[in-house]
Amino acid sequence: MIRFDQVSKTYPNQNRPALRDISLEIERGEFVFVIGSSGSGKSTFMRLILREERPSTGRVYVAGKDLSKLSNWKIPQLRRQIGTVFQDFRLLPNKTVEQNVAFALEVIGKSRPTIGKAVPEVLDLVGLGGKGGRFPNELSGGEQQRVAIARAFVNRPMVLIADEPTGNLDPETSVGIMKLLDRINRAGTTVVMVTHDQAIVNQMRRRVLELDGGNLVRDQSRGVYGYVR
Amino acid sequence: MRAQFVFSEIFVGLRRNLTMTIAVVVSAAVALGMLGVALLMVFQTSQMKDFWYDKVEVSVFLCTKTDQTLHPTTCSGGQVTDTQMTALQTDLTGNPLVQQVFPETQAEAFAHYKDQAKGSPVTEYVTPDQIPASLRVKLKNPSTENIDALRSTYQGQQGVEEVADQKTILKPLFKLFSGLTVSASTVAVVMVGLALMLIVNTVRLSAFSRRRETGIMRLVGASNFYIRLPFLMEGAVAGLGGVAVAALGVASFKFFLIDRVLAPSFTFTSFVGWDKVLLTVLILVPVGLLMAVGASALSLRKYLKV
Repeated sequence: MIRFDQVSKTYPNQNRPALRDISLEIERGEFVFVIGSSGSGKSTFMRLILREERPSTGRVYVAGKDLSKLSNWKIPQLRRQIGTVFQDFRLLPNKTVEQNVAFALEVIGKSRPTIGKAVPEVLDLVGLGGKGGRFPNELSGGEQQRVAIARAFVNRPMVLIADEPTGNLDPETSVGIMKLLDRINRAGTTVVMVTHDQAIVNQMRRRVLELDGGNLVRDQSRGVYGYVR
Repeated sequence: MRAQFVFSEIFVGLRRNLTMTIAVVVSAAVALGMLGVALLMVFQTSQMKDFWYDKVEVSVFLCTKTDQTLHPTTCSGGQVTDTQMTALQTDLTGNPLVQQVFPETQAEAFAHYKDQAKGSPVTEYVTPDQIPASLRVKLKNPSTENIDALRSTYQGQQGVEEVADQKTILKPLFKLFSGLTVSASTVAVVMVGLALMLIVNTVRLSAFSRRRETGIMRLVGASNFYIRLPFLMEGAVAGLGGVAVAALGVASFKFFLIDRVLAPSFTFTSFVGWDKVLLTVLILVPVGLLMAVGASALSLRKYLKV
């Protein structure tokens, strides 16, 4: 589903590469944690998958497509197959829960009947059935993150990328979010999640990729957070 | 494409930056209005050139019935006779300085006069026999010396009331129009620059205030066109607002300055009509749109990463 082939990335005017010679493959339906301290290259890793950045050398493949050969006007097509969730939710404060989720479909030109059907379905899936008319500031952090996940998932993407989705939430709420991501993963969606949360990684026992200073220092199936130093 | 969505975005955007929107509309209006005035003057000049300037340089006005009393020195012989007129025409045609001679009878001259002085109350008191017949002369080389030479030859001949240098009569008018064209286009150029900068800045502000929305649109895979369209349309609406105000400006220029001031003072020539005003406005529409949409697109390239 996602393949990195000897990928390095050096940002302009910087000597140290953000990523150094990364090669790995993430299969369809996998659940992968990406861990590492700040500045280890996690964000660059995610941005390369979303084609927000291009690698300096090497190739990135997503859903069988070589992103370096993807022309600019096809990037939106790629991003429609990737759902994205962030630590800070990124909801639109002046839109209701329903409108926030519907927005994601409206702007890619889905028809009104399709939207009318898909939005309540996905809100039920994330456990927010009946809260569609609320505004984001009327919801708890966990609920807001569920809205964000609903928005990322409503178009049924093949890959879901979550950048510290539990970073702003208390442990109990985080567990709920992880259960939701797990459920989405079991339905067949590949999930790539960046996190600093040791407890979650140790509990889930999924594949762990650890980055350190731009190097891939660990690729362990059923891994724990741990310290390999 | 959901039209309703796009339109609501446009008006939210325009309202959010109301002061900037007004600034854009006003500066675009001044820029386009000046451009319109300059265009109108170009039409005016070319119309006058078509009618007079390229055809004749010298008019030989012939004596009328009433000239015996009005111009006793030159028209002592009374109204010009057919023989005199034919002789003058033959002589002029044979003159080496002359390229062509266009005779104009009193009836033709009267029709012409009525046409040009249309609406003026004076026309009611003018009769065909008061308007002189003339021989309009086009020179091979319309230099001042040649015109003077022609005048000294024919002024004072039997039946000739006056040899008039058409160029000298029209010169102040042409000077006025070319002056207007130059100053209006100068202001237009400066204002177009100003309007462009304002549009670039407005779109930049607009893109910044909506970066949350556009960021999400980008992430969920909205096409570049779809993300940019509301901003481009915002520019287009502001540009069209500018065109509308500019059209009013051009129309009042025609109504107040040309029709009320210039036309009564220069009755011997015709001025641009409302058809030319309409044409000018029709030219301003694409110019205004292009200016606004172009500047918006430029601004988006820089400030809205897709």
